[in-house]
Amino acid sequence: MLLLASPALLVVLALVVVPVGWFLGLSVYDGGFTIEHYRRIFVEDVYWRSFALTFRIALVVTAGTLLLGYPVAYAAARLARPWDVLILLCVVLPFWTSVLVRTYAWLVLLQRTGLVNQLLTGLDLVGEPLALVHNEFGTVVAMVHILLPFMVLPLYAAMKKIPDELILAGASLGGGPMHVFRRVFLPLSLPGVVAGLTLVFVLCLGFYITPELLGGGRTIMVSMVVSRNVELYNQWGAASAVAGVLLLAVLAVFFVVGRFLPLDRLLGQK
Amino acid sequence: MASVLRPLAACSAAALVAWTTPAWAEQITFVSQGGAYQKAQTIAILDPAAKRLGITINQDSVPDAWPLMRSQVASGKPIWDVVDVATGFCLRGGEQGIVEKLDFSKMPNAAAMPEQYRSPWSVAYEFYSSVLAYGLKKYPDAAAAPKTWADFWDVKKFPGRRSLRNHPLATLEAALMADGVAPDKLYPLDVDRAFKKLEEIKPHITVWWTSGAQSAQLLNDGEVDMVMAWNGRVSALVKEGAKVTYTYNQGILQSTSLCILKGAPNLSTAVKFVNEAVEPVLQANLPLHIDYGPANPKAFDTKVIPAERVGQLPSAPANASRQALMSYAWWSSPAGEAAEKRWLSFVQK
Repeated sequence: MLLLASPALLVVLALVVVPVGWFLGLSVYDGGFTIEHYRRIFVEDVYWRSFALTFRIALVVTAGTLLLGYPVAYAAARLARPWDVLILLCVVLPFWTSVLVRTYAWLVLLQRTGLVNQLLTGLDLVGEPLALVHNEFGTVVAMVHILLPFMVLPLYAAMKKIPDELILAGASLGGGPMHVFRRVFLPLSLPGVVAGLTLVFVLCLGFYITPELLGGGRTIMVSMVVSRNVELYNQWGAASAVAGVLLLAVLAVFFVVGRFLPLDRLLGQK
Repeated sequence: MASVLRPLAACSAAALVAWTTPAWAEQITFVSQGGAYQKAQTIAILDPAAKRLGITINQDSVPDAWPLMRSQVASGKPIWDVVDVATGFCLRGGEQGIVEKLDFSKMPNAAAMPEQYRSPWSVAYEFYSSVLAYGLKKYPDAAAAPKTWADFWDVKKFPGRRSLRNHPLATLEAALMADGVAPDKLYPLDVDRAFKKLEEIKPHITVWWTSGAQSAQLLNDGEVDMVMAWNGRVSALVKEGAKVTYTYNQGILQSTSLCILKGAPNLSTAVKFVNEAVEPVLQANLPLHIDYGPANPKAFDTKVIPAERVGQLPSAPANASRQALMSYAWWSSPAGEAAEKRWLSFVQK
């Protein structure tokens, strides 16, 4: 068993454990042991604001993808050919387009002279073009779109595993469609929900290019602070420390969530 | 990921070139920022210099050379020789032992350049300017268009959407000029005063731009009406027929410089190349291919640059005298670095 897993273990060791250990080492070693880089993170409010903003955006985007993604996954899982294939194709096709292209596409849509504002002002729905981009709003919209597949696909996989018979059984026992959905389908789809939430949330935390291009320069997420620190400070340590704190924060979030939700059961392990 | 891999791939490509070139030919690896700018240099300066000196110039390009300069020197075996990078990084590199101290006695062309265009570790290579640019649709009348940073700050007289660079460099200078400081009396910058002035304009800034391409796109799409942008980006829009223009008045004259990495594999050839790269005629070639000005003022005496072209260049004497010359020495001083660290907190709030 261990032998079979050993190539994978080696890869994990080489690509995960060693680099993470290395950057954590850098964050406390700068020609000698130092906690200066960590001290700075806890003293200067730039860092706190960035962490707060990053987690806020991550929460909003994760919630947004769940709200939009659940009905889509539900439709894909419950509908017959060719509709299910068509729906999944619509989810996956943009997924194969570069993040940069999709980000610029949102810029074209949302900017002052963009399609959305032209439509709104053209129909006299608004007098002045709305500020839809170059702010947190535009960043969140684009991130929800970009991350949607990471929500829909795990949801679809979980929903596909729910046998039709259970729904029929629920109905035959007198449950209305809403009741059956709430008592049978929804609980059984939770492993997919948790998987999707986890994936999207974690991916949000490391987003760089979308807030950089659509955030108007004010929406400074942690990844941007990391890159700024590489420029500003002489050693990699400053950037490593920020990355280290982000890693710890993520682990802490999962630890807390794990205390309240039976994660292992929800993820389908007995 | 791609941004990490690209420089790495570029480095290994350069290493390969270095390895396959015959050992007897003198060679250097020269690094610049790529794109149209590096192409223009190749025609104007690099190829002629290689021919004159009988050397091979291997090229590499990376948008942000500074972290790589540091890690190459830290590795103990740099593969780059000469780097063309924003002058501030040459100075910082010099102070941190990342670039070689230059021996100007071996570089007569560089030694003849004005002192403020040189540092112990670097020599200016080309000039560009952070200028006030605006849309002609919003301000069609040249007489009633914004001309100074005070105008840029005057939101009553000049209503419209504005954008500034998401970086303190040149932005603090503009703020001080808007507050009435004369272009030749800027340094040392009064950082508190500059940030105070910036707080005034902050609510009216639609976008704090990060890349030159972004600044051009914002102006071209009418997303903003007024922007501080690099002259080359705006003149490229003008050439494409966009309804935009700019003024050199109160522009902030900035440069990139050439410096040599500490422990460069071909140090003596690199020194010869740096001297040749700032030679007046080669320098005068550059503006024939791109909208950047020569760093060596003697280039304007060579007659290589047509008269009407001279008027468009940021470093032409008539234009330079209307601008502020950026002091990279101040920006790489502790006060300058502190101002840079303060920036993030300013835009974020």
